[in-house]
Amino acid sequence: MLSFILRRLGTMALTMLCLTLVVFFLINLDPNLKKLAISQTEMHTSAEQLESWLVNHGYRQNFFSRYGQWLGIVPKQPVTDPATGKPARRFSFCNDPVEPTFSGVLQGDFGCSTKFKTTVASKLFPALGATGILMFWVLVVMVPISLLIGILAGMREGSRTDRTLSVASIASTATPEYVSGVIFTVIFASWLGLLNGSAASASRGITFYNFTLPVMTLAIYGIGYIARMTRASMVEVMTQQYIRTARLKGLSFGSVVVKHALRNALIAPFTVIMLQFPWLLTGVVIVEVMFRYQGFGYTLVEAAGNNDIDLLLGCSLVSVFIVLITQLISDVGYAFLNPRIRVQ
Amino acid sequence: MQLEYIGAFDVVLGVLARFWPVWIALVLVMGASFVYKKRLGLYGQLFDSSVGIVGVGICLFWLFTAIFASTISPFNPLVQIPIMKDALPGAVEPQSGLVYLFGGDKLARDVFSRMVYGSQIVLIIAPAATGFALMVGITLGLPAGYYGGRIDTVLSFLANLVLAFPVILLFYLLVTPGIMETPIPYAMAGLFFLFPIIFFSVLFWTRYKKRPDRLYILLGLTLIIGGWVYSGLVFDADPFRIIHIDPNQLNIFVAVVFASSPGVFRIVRGLVMDIKTRDYVAAAQTRGESPWYIMLWEILPNARGPLIVDACLRIGYTTILLGTLGYFGLGLAPESPDWGTAIKDASRLLRSFIHPALPPTIALMSFVLGLNLLADSLREQSMKD
Repeated sequence: MLSFILRRLGTMALTMLCLTLVVFFLINLDPNLKKLAISQTEMHTSAEQLESWLVNHGYRQNFFSRYGQWLGIVPKQPVTDPATGKPARRFSFCNDPVEPTFSGVLQGDFGCSTKFKTTVASKLFPALGATGILMFWVLVVMVPISLLIGILAGMREGSRTDRTLSVASIASTATPEYVSGVIFTVIFASWLGLLNGSAASASRGITFYNFTLPVMTLAIYGIGYIARMTRASMVEVMTQQYIRTARLKGLSFGSVVVKHALRNALIAPFTVIMLQFPWLLTGVVIVEVMFRYQGFGYTLVEAAGNNDIDLLLGCSLVSVFIVLITQLISDVGYAFLNPRIRVQ
Repeated sequence: MQLEYIGAFDVVLGVLARFWPVWIALVLVMGASFVYKKRLGLYGQLFDSSVGIVGVGICLFWLFTAIFASTISPFNPLVQIPIMKDALPGAVEPQSGLVYLFGGDKLARDVFSRMVYGSQIVLIIAPAATGFALMVGITLGLPAGYYGGRIDTVLSFLANLVLAFPVILLFYLLVTPGIMETPIPYAMAGLFFLFPIIFFSVLFWTRYKKRPDRLYILLGLTLIIGGWVYSGLVFDADPFRIIHIDPNQLNIFVAVVFASSPGVFRIVRGLVMDIKTRDYVAAAQTRGESPWYIMLWEILPNARGPLIVDACLRIGYTTILLGTLGYFGLGLAPESPDWGTAIKDASRLLRSFIHPALPPTIALMSFVLGLNLLADSLREQSMKD
């Protein structure tokens, strides 16, 4: 088991290395660097000035040495101030080292955000915290509801409850966040006036009024999927011999479901819920942009839209980490929950 | 000048009337399918359940809407008629006397016509991209599952690499105006569009290599048609000027194929690993058939059930992806009538006007719902066998 986890962690590190290299390559393409230079300098700058801005801020160093600097395996070189000829900080708003030092992600330095004029860490981690709160409430809403729907539907296959709930969950998987968000806003904010169509104020304090719509929108897409998986697993369990035995020895249907079926039926949904996190990540981006909630997704869009290199790298590192760690947890957890599975 | 309005009941009637070619085609096709359902195999079996009928109905509805878009829509989806700015549903356009059935958007374009034309974009790109993703996934998944070992390790690592990307980040990196100046989208298009040609060439080669008369015709056709489409799509150099794709459309097309082919790869790989332990595969191996013959002519046909179901779901998922691209304003032209862009434009103004937001959202939702119902019913039917 331990060697399995270690091997998986090794693959994870390799995957993260490859992915950050790809992201690094793509955001450092020449047109993207030009865009960054244009957005960072004054209007109407000539091509030479743009080029000199890029050189002065160290964007024209060798690609691999820059990647190494970001990673922290190559010492970060300070840039030379053209006016004084002395080594200087790349950006005044964050304290880059003035002497060559190892200062990259491995050392915990995520770099500077050119868009927000601050260090990446001070922007990214509060945003992650805000998204964490959102995710927490989404899970609190999504998991019980979807498990309940799945169990109710799967307990008597083919019944009217089953068919109604199945079609409802298919409908919810057909509703991406940008669709349900619009529909919910129209119903609850525009027509009924019950809820706030914007969650911008939620950064200062979460209330039922400003936070329900984002949570609802984000939960609805996942509910259908998890419910369908739970239903499939429940249907399978209900056909097992031990369920028949329990019924034949005279237990009531309710207690068979609760005592015998439920536990076995919940193994598969656990994996699905864990694998749902990467999907939630995309949903988070849409929902945060739609409801103007200042979280991780909002930061990612701002970083991508402005080609904020270090911030975008930080965002991709975090999201790739979340995807891979949930995969690992789902594999390990599955082995723990189901004693018949042995990982090799 | 004051606009004239027609009542809500007339709006509903008007919408139903505008869709007349769709209703006729729908009745003809559904009626014929229902009568001959015994002879139509898997497709015919769909008509045995109400879920299947609804699914087929919705999908055909949008298919015919896309085909007859120019007849159905009363206005050009891009033309702005200033007086109709933010007009409410049912407003009569004074010059032509035609009705803005679902009102006008903030740029004074007809919401109804835009929704109808939006179906064209979705119904061209989503199935085509899914088709290419299937080709890529199958061509790579077959050897990975069949041979296992190092090929499998490398290909699975690459697939997991792409799958570990959050889709939205992938799109922000791959679908930007800047990347069009680099050769990357064209190189990726060149790579992906090669797969169908390889797939069909190998398919025919393994089957007919002992029968040159058939082989040369089929191979020749594959190479000519494939090369023609390839030159049109990748180099935009179709000698007949029929196949043409805008650079930004090529870009989203490639990004969507890139995002969804690892999923197909995983499914195909899993299916192949399951099927290759069957007796008929062992029999073919004993006969001395080549590995690619076994993969393409023994394993693949037996994996078709789950693949068809997955393809249906995947078209729906691709539609959602296209909507996401439109919602973030990536790739598609800002005035493009596709549903995602329309939702983006309308959702910014929800506080003042809600009518431009509803038609595209309901259209997108209903199309994906139709595909999901279709997939669900296909799955039920193929489980019965």
